[in-house]
Amino acid sequence: MTRLAMTRLELRDVRKSFGALDVLSGVSLDVREGEFVSILGPSGAGKSTLFQLLTGAIKGEGEMRFDGAPLDDHGGRFAFMPQRDALMPWRRVIDNATLGLEVQGMKRRAARLRVAPLFAAFGLAGFERAWPAELSGGMRQRAALLRTVVQERDMLLLDEPFGALDALTRAAMQRWLETMWQANRWTALLITHDVREAVLLSDRIYVLSARPARVVAEVAVPLPRPRGGSAALAREAAAIETGILDTLLGETNSPTGETR
Amino acid sequence: MAVVFDPLREGGISSPRNPLVNSEDRDDGQSPPQKGRSAFAKTCTNLAPAGISFALLLIAWELYACLGGIAPTVLPAPSRVLAQAWENRAALAENTLPTLRATLCGFACSLAAAFILSVLVDFVAPLRRALLPLLIASQTLPLVAIAPLVVLWFGFGLLPKILLVALVTFFPMMVALVEGYASTSNEIARMLAAMGAGRRRIFWAARLPSALPYFFAGLRISITYAVVGAIFAEYAGAAKGLGIYMLSAKNNFRPDLVLAAVAVSSALTLGLFGLAVLAQRLAMPWERAGREDGPSSKGRP
Repeated sequence: MTRLAMTRLELRDVRKSFGALDVLSGVSLDVREGEFVSILGPSGAGKSTLFQLLTGAIKGEGEMRFDGAPLDDHGGRFAFMPQRDALMPWRRVIDNATLGLEVQGMKRRAARLRVAPLFAAFGLAGFERAWPAELSGGMRQRAALLRTVVQERDMLLLDEPFGALDALTRAAMQRWLETMWQANRWTALLITHDVREAVLLSDRIYVLSARPARVVAEVAVPLPRPRGGSAALAREAAAIETGILDTLLGETNSPTGETR
Repeated sequence: MAVVFDPLREGGISSPRNPLVNSEDRDDGQSPPQKGRSAFAKTCTNLAPAGISFALLLIAWELYACLGGIAPTVLPAPSRVLAQAWENRAALAENTLPTLRATLCGFACSLAAAFILSVLVDFVAPLRRALLPLLIASQTLPLVAIAPLVVLWFGFGLLPKILLVALVTFFPMMVALVEGYASTSNEIARMLAAMGAGRRRIFWAARLPSALPYFFAGLRISITYAVVGAIFAEYAGAAKGLGIYMLSAKNNFRPDLVLAAVAVSSALTLGLFGLAVLAQRLAMPWERAGREDGPSSKGRP
């Protein structure tokens, strides 16, 4: 189904360097409607730089298209979820969730009415009036995701959303996100350096090399969903994970970075 | 205000909340955090040691002054200071009001100026480079030398006091605000920009609230400077006020009245400090929420 869906985001040979430091050396990728795509790469490979290019925080070279048109108006397309939750400690959870809508010009009251019904699905019911400091790490990440999805942008950009969580909470959050994604079919681009997370969540994975980053492999994950609790899928998933790990480690171990 | 410990809500041994067993959310059944013991009781407990040591100091002083055979014109006992303060309460009150007025007016001016300038400096980088050295230089002026000059220039009225209080308190407030803005998390600012927020929106939504803890730290420090600044200004010349009252009491060989005025000014300072703390609590309710709930949120996945 997703195979036939139309391409939304299209990057062709996107490059970025900071002075003499090449960060991205020609990254090309596509994300289709309703597809969950991951960008997997070693730390410091320039994955976050790619998101900064997409959100318009920095400028680079190469072609970036959205729905076939050049990407000029960055703000209208993407809802961005940063690495740490970036919840504002001085806003109650519900007012953190409404932040994006308020920036879009919606009145806070209307934004609250719009956001409130979603709290249950995000496991935050009863915590609308709590302060972020009163939430656990997992709850904070769910609140941050809630703040991201209510913006109703065309595409979600998730920058290592679970990187700061402990292993158990991370595993729980990954399964939860898969369930949420299945129910909503957001078009999503996830940055991660966690191979298992990428395989669990993605339809396709782009494996990046170490800096300067380029795509060294594109891996389709044709496993049926939900993948989270299924023991039968575990072996197939493990095979894909091993393949990706070999690619990644081969990349980082080779002194020239020219394995493939 | 501690949160009532509820073992069922904690991630303890008997906890049913294991994220591996079930990825479904278990937070639904939880009640939001509840507030327990009263803040008043806790404050009393916290202040008790300080109160005891203060009382001991007074008792030692009293004994030394009474049994040491020291003339009350040199070192009056606390009891005498208290009695004289009560006897002269009308004069003390009459002189406290102008000091309080000068302090509050001066401090209000200083706050307003610090806020406006800090915002300007935050938005216009060249202004920052032009103004900050000047402001730092203003802090090198010795108050002892400046106070009489300001009185000479602006007379014995309220204005020179306001100016001196502002001079003493403006810089710490300004620095607190500027540093507070700079403490804004990059991640929050970047996220707001990605949402489409402009420079001004980012300032109001993120930079200003981020500066609040710094602002209140600065407020607590400068409010104490403010009273000292007002008294100093009065010392240099005034018709009424605690400063001039202390000066004339000293000249009349009445150290008991000097100390009475000192006690009043200390009480004034403490009162204003308390107000600053109260204002912080009211303005930043999330600050205590985090501290109180620290341990009890650990069990939530």
